[in-house]
Amino acid sequence: MSSQTPRTFTTAAAPHVVGSNRVARVMRLVLYALAPTVILHVAFFGPGLAIQILLGATAALAAEALALRLRRQPLRPFLTDGSALVTAVLLALCLPPLAPWWLIVSGTAFAILLAKHAYGGLGANPFNPAMVGYAVLLVSFPSRLLLWPAPSAAGIEHVELTLTQTLATILTGAAPDPGWDAITSPTPLEALRTNLALGMTMTEAQRTPIFGVLGGKGWEWINLAALAGGVWLLAVRVIRWHIPTAMLGAIAVCASVMHALDPGSYAGPVFHLTSGASILGAFFIATDPISAATSDRGRLIYAAGIGVLTYVIRTWGGYPDGVAFAVLIMNACAPLIDRYTIPRIYGHSD
Amino acid sequence: MTGARGFHGGLRLDSHNERSTATPIRSAQAPPQLVLPLDQHAGAPARPLVRPGERVLCGQPIAEPDGAISAWLHASASGAITAIEPRPAPHLLGAPTLSIVIDNDGRDEPFQSDCIRFEQLAPSALLAHLARGGVVGLGGAAFPLGAKLASAARAGAIALLLNGAECEPYITCDDMLMRERAQDVVLGARILLHASGAVSCTIAIEEETPHAEQALRAAIEAAHDERIVLATVPNIYPGGGERQLIASVFGREVPHSGLPADIGVLCHNVATAAAVAQWVRDGRPLTSRIVTVTGDGVHRACNLEVRIGAPIAALIAECGGYTPRVLRLIMGGSMMGPALPHDDLPVVKATNCIVAASALDLQPRGGETPCIRCGDCAEVCPAFLLPQQLHWFARSADAAALQAHGLLDCIECGCCDFVCPSQIPLVERFRESKPLLARAAEQRADAAANRARYQARNERLERLAAEQREALARRRRPQARAERETK
Repeated sequence: MSSQTPRTFTTAAAPHVVGSNRVARVMRLVLYALAPTVILHVAFFGPGLAIQILLGATAALAAEALALRLRRQPLRPFLTDGSALVTAVLLALCLPPLAPWWLIVSGTAFAILLAKHAYGGLGANPFNPAMVGYAVLLVSFPSRLLLWPAPSAAGIEHVELTLTQTLATILTGAAPDPGWDAITSPTPLEALRTNLALGMTMTEAQRTPIFGVLGGKGWEWINLAALAGGVWLLAVRVIRWHIPTAMLGAIAVCASVMHALDPGSYAGPVFHLTSGASILGAFFIATDPISAATSDRGRLIYAAGIGVLTYVIRTWGGYPDGVAFAVLIMNACAPLIDRYTIPRIYGHSD
Repeated sequence: MTGARGFHGGLRLDSHNERSTATPIRSAQAPPQLVLPLDQHAGAPARPLVRPGERVLCGQPIAEPDGAISAWLHASASGAITAIEPRPAPHLLGAPTLSIVIDNDGRDEPFQSDCIRFEQLAPSALLAHLARGGVVGLGGAAFPLGAKLASAARAGAIALLLNGAECEPYITCDDMLMRERAQDVVLGARILLHASGAVSCTIAIEEETPHAEQALRAAIEAAHDERIVLATVPNIYPGGGERQLIASVFGREVPHSGLPADIGVLCHNVATAAAVAQWVRDGRPLTSRIVTVTGDGVHRACNLEVRIGAPIAALIAECGGYTPRVLRLIMGGSMMGPALPHDDLPVVKATNCIVAASALDLQPRGGETPCIRCGDCAEVCPAFLLPQQLHWFARSADAAALQAHGLLDCIECGCCDFVCPSQIPLVERFRESKPLLARAAEQRADAAANRARYQARNERLERLAAEQREALARRRRPQARAERETK
C-alpha cells in the first residue's frame, strides 16, 4: 500500500495502564498500622514484645524461604511481599511477651509451613495462619500462654524485669529470678472469669485494681491504639468497613443483651470491646482477605459470626478469649457463606 | 439540564486530553490509496457492487448490505477500484479480510445523492433512507444504524439517548465534535427522533466539559425543540459504556442478554447522530470520521477528519511522525484499545482514536502474583461482578461456576485489572474463558438433542414391537377359535 515499510510494534493486551497498588504495599501499610499497638504494648508490658517480634519475623522468613525452596518457587517476590512478617507480628501480639523463644518460633513455623504453604502459599490458605499458629500453641502449651506480666499501670504489686532479664527469660525459657508469681497477673478477661466463678458480682469483680476505666488497665490503651491503627487502615482503603463493624457490632449486641438480662453475671459491651483481642481481631485478624468471605454481604455475615462466637467462647467456653477459635470456625464457614451471598449482577433481577 | 445519578464502581482516571484538544479539528490529506474492509461493521459483511477496474465517485455506494444486519459501504474518494482482495484489517488485529482497494485520483468528484427534508418523510421511509447512508455506530460497536432503528421500532422504544460521555482516557473525538459541530449533533437528534418515533432525547455528556456543554446548549436552544435535553454524568470510567450510561441517566438497567430497546431506550453515539445529519441534510454518506491521534509517541496530537480507508501510517505522518520514544500503537483508549502490530492498517468506521504510546503513557503490569482476595476488583466492577471469584473459576475452567457468577456480563472495561495489587491480567483471562461457556452451552444442547433422539428412537421401537405383538395376537385369535371349533 504505502511505499515505505510499515513500522512494527510489540503488542500487549489491554488495559495498557494499571494502578500502583501492590501486595507489598498492602502488607506494609498493615505493619505501619500495627505500630501504635506495638509501641503501647512495650510501654505497658516491657520490651518482651519487641524481642518476640524479632524472633517471630526471623522464623517466619526462614520458614517461608524453606517452603518456597521445597515447592520450587522463586524467592522473589514472595519472600519480600511482607505477608510472613504480618503473620509473625500478629502472632507475637497474641503471645505473652515473656514466652520462651521456642513458643513463637514453633508457632510461626507451623503457621507459615502448614497453615499457609501446605495449602498452596499466598492467596490459597483457607485458614488465618496466625490464628492457626496461636490455636496450636494454646492447645499444646496452655499454661505457658497464661503467664502475662502485670501491666505497669496497674495498681497491683509486681516486679518489672529489665531488658537483660527479659532476654534471659525468653532465650532460656526458664522462670525469671523473682519467680513467675511476682511478675505475672491474670489478664482482665481471665480475672473476670475467675472472680465470677468465685461468686462475685460484676461490680465486685470489676473493682479489683486490674480493671481500668473501660477495660483492663493498660489493655484499654492498647486496644485504643489498635483502634487508631484500624481506622487509619480504613482511611487508606486497605480494609473496608464491613468486617470490623460487623464483628464489633455483634460483640456489642451480645454483650448488651446479656448484660441487660443479668448485669451481675455478664460484663457490658464496653468492657468486651476494649478487652482481649476484640479490636485487634476486628481490624487486623478477621480482615485477612484470603481467609474471609468474598462479597460485602458475605463479609458482614462472616464477621458477625466471629463476633458472636467470640462472645460465646469468652462467656461460656473454656478459654478466656475466643477470637482465635471464632476466626478459625468462621474461616471454615467462609466458602459456604460465599456460595449463598453472590451479589446481584447488573441486568439480572436476582 | 438534568443531573444524573452514577453507577456502581468505576474509576476516576486521568483523561490525557489536553494535547489533543488544544487545536481544532483538521481535515487530513486524502491518501493515494484507500482500503475498505467489507466487514467493518457488526453483522454480515457487505456484498461488493463494483469490480476491479471500474471508476467510482466519492460517496458512491460500492457494497450493499447482505441480510438484515449489515450496512452499505461507500467510496471515500473518487478513483479506480484497484482490487477486491484480502488485506490486513485493524479490527482483526492485522488478520486479512476481503477489502475494496481504491486508487485515489485526487479529483474528489462527488456522487450525487439526495438531500431531503426529513420532516416531510414518513418515519418508515426516513428509516429506509437512513440505512442507505452507510451509517453505523461510531462509538466503537459499528452496529448498522438501519438494523438498530428497525429493531427499536419493533420494540417500541420511546427514549432516545445520545452518548457523548467519552470516558476512556486519550479519546477526545466526541468532545471536539460536540464543541465544533454541536448543530450537526442536534440535527441528528431531531432526525433520529422522527425516524424512531421516540418522544424524548437526552444528550449525555461528562461533567467538567464546559466547551462541549456550552456549544450543545446553544445548539439545542437554536433548534427550539423541547424534546431534547442535556444531562451530565460524573467523570467516572466507564461511565460512557452503554449499560452504565443508561443506569446513570434513566436509573434503569438493561436486562441481562437483552438490549436497551427492551426497556424502551435507544442509545446512539453523538458522532453517529452527526453522521446522520450529514447524510440527510448534505447527501454525504459515511465516508469520513473524526479520529484522535495522540500519545507521547507522536509529535503533534490532534483530532483529524479522516477518510475511511486511509492508512494509519498516513495519520501519524500528518501529525509530525513518531517520536523516538514510541513503544506501542493502540487503536482506541488506554483501557480497552487493542494494540496493533504495525501501522499499515486502514482506518475503519469504528476507529475513534490512535494512541502512539511511549513509556510515559504506558503503565504496564509487572509479574503476576497470586490473588489475595482483597476484593478491590469487586468494588470497581461496573457490572457488580466478583472478578476474584471469576479468576478462581477461570483457572480451574469451571464453566458452570463461571456462568453462575456472570462471566458473560463482563464488559471487559479493565477496571479490575487496574486496581489489582497482584497485577493479574483479569480481562485477558475472562476473554479467554468466554468461549468456554459457549462450548459448554453447545455441548449441553448437543447432549439434550441426542438424548431426545435416543428416547424417541426407543419409543418408536417399542411402539413397533407392541404393534407387531398385537398384529400377531389378532391373527392367532381367529386361528384359535377355528381350532376350538374343529375339536
